[in-house]
Amino acid sequence: MTQYVLRRLVFMVPVAILVTIIVFTLLHLTPGDPVRIIAGEEPDPATLEAVRHELGLDQPLPLQYVSWISRAVTGDFGRSIRTHQPVLEAIGERVPATLELGLTAVALSVIVALVVGTLSAVRRNSALDLMATGLTLAGVSLPNFFLGLILILVFGLVLGVAHPGGYVKFSDDPLDNLGRLVLPAITLATASIAVNMRQIRSSLLDVFGQDYMRTARAKGLSEGHVIARHALKNGLIPAVTIIGLQIGAVIEGAFITETVFLWPGVGKLAVDSINGRDYPVVQAIVLLSALSFMASTLVVDILYAWLDPRISYRSTSA
Amino acid sequence: MTSRARLRDDLRRHPRIVIGGGLVLFLILVALFAPLIAPFDPTKVDGSVSLEPPSWTHPFGTDDVGRDVLSRVIFGSRVSLSVGLIAVGIGAVIGISVGMVAGYAGGPFDLVAMRIIDALLAFPALLLAIAITAALGPDLRNAMIAIGVVAIPAFTRLARGQVLTMRGREYVEAARTVGCSDTRILARHIFPNITNPLIVQGTLAIAGAMLAEAALSFLGLGAQPPTPTWGADIYYSQRYLSNLKWWMSVGPGLAIFLAVFSFNFLGDALRDALDPRLRRSG
Repeated sequence: MTQYVLRRLVFMVPVAILVTIIVFTLLHLTPGDPVRIIAGEEPDPATLEAVRHELGLDQPLPLQYVSWISRAVTGDFGRSIRTHQPVLEAIGERVPATLELGLTAVALSVIVALVVGTLSAVRRNSALDLMATGLTLAGVSLPNFFLGLILILVFGLVLGVAHPGGYVKFSDDPLDNLGRLVLPAITLATASIAVNMRQIRSSLLDVFGQDYMRTARAKGLSEGHVIARHALKNGLIPAVTIIGLQIGAVIEGAFITETVFLWPGVGKLAVDSINGRDYPVVQAIVLLSALSFMASTLVVDILYAWLDPRISYRSTSA
Repeated sequence: MTSRARLRDDLRRHPRIVIGGGLVLFLILVALFAPLIAPFDPTKVDGSVSLEPPSWTHPFGTDDVGRDVLSRVIFGSRVSLSVGLIAVGIGAVIGISVGMVAGYAGGPFDLVAMRIIDALLAFPALLLAIAITAALGPDLRNAMIAIGVVAIPAFTRLARGQVLTMRGREYVEAARTVGCSDTRILARHIFPNITNPLIVQGTLAIAGAMLAEAALSFLGLGAQPPTPTWGADIYYSQRYLSNLKWWMSVGPGLAIFLAVFSFNFLGDALRDALDPRLRRSG
């Protein structure tokens, strides 16, 4: 197991370096001169040159990369062009809102998927199963910004039973905070409910055909006990991978959902920064999101190997 | 059984392919014949009919400057479909070529190519597409490139995996023995035997690409106004939602749903039909 973890860590290093190169290169593909954006409207050549020198943009590209990465490692991503706030500080302020929304959505998704996915597998080909399968396909085909707007329209504006948007800190007013969380969390969770439900259903169907399930039933265990203690325990292992990756990719869904519901998280900051051409913020968010996604992939792989030791034996012996 | 009879038999056994294929064909026909089907010019501004709710004249209503929403939805299918097809085309050609060569050649090329693919996979897909489009500048061509780049890794991994299982097969050995070049073995012998999973991946990738295009357009990173696109039209309609002018969002929203659903449905049906394990059990 230790050998497996070490191998995975070693594999991550070149990939992480490539990720930083991709992010760095992306900024340099940007049309136009970033210095002109930073220096403001119609700057004189001396100011342009000063800003260029200050940012190190008069250096050769490899040197610029080394300088950027050595500052990034210490958490120095520069300052926001729009607000002049240190980039890491600006992102840090938005992380709690994104985590609150993202983790609520993942929890909601897991609970709904677990219940419906299990019922769907147990009653295979029943009306419930067919309906759940149909809804799964619909869930992955529905753009979350459209779903968000429909939820705002129906529950926020027409029925008036939920907040149509905005954010209040949990510490300021817990009830208001939770009330505003409902619609964005449902919006963000819908697509992953569909994916998780499909995964749980198909894993359970695989497990139902195993010999140990027949043995458990032959021992006279109740059906509920057989499903809870034998089927779910083994059938949920593959679902761990997908759910873990969803936690790592929380920021991806947050881009759209936070924009629709005016939820002031990292996703909304990224969209505002893209529209305001605030490249240091965009660059830092993209890099940190990719690295946290990689870290969550690593944690998922390790967890998976821990839950199913055959994984680490296979890959270390390969 | 001849291949045509086999196809007919397969279609009879898998009616979902016919339904999914029919939906996709319907979409393609709408996009191709948009100028003939659309009742109005999608960019024509007419202040006298602004914000009209759905009626016989304007079944999906009109927007704030009097443009017919149905006509914009019909023309929007052109952007959505062309991005889906072209972006996935870019992703498939690059991804499959790299994956096949990596799987067949192995060695340093495989090592380097797969690390680059791992690096691309380290980004959540939509985030990478947003980052590339934001860097290249917001327009339709850049959105296609971005979505195409994001599609590459899935094709590469799939093609590489398939080639790895085929590499040691007897027919490949036989081709090598009679002096076929590596390029010929890959193109003429291995490729025809790995197309089934690639077709399934391609169909599902088009659904993903259309969804990504809608998201990019919604964020203002896709085709620019006045080109009708579903995502951008929904973004634009948001400001009228509080006045309950719902029809501006519902038409394009349902169109995205229908289009993505059609490709997902067809992809699922093809997977069931083409997967040899499912074929045996079915």
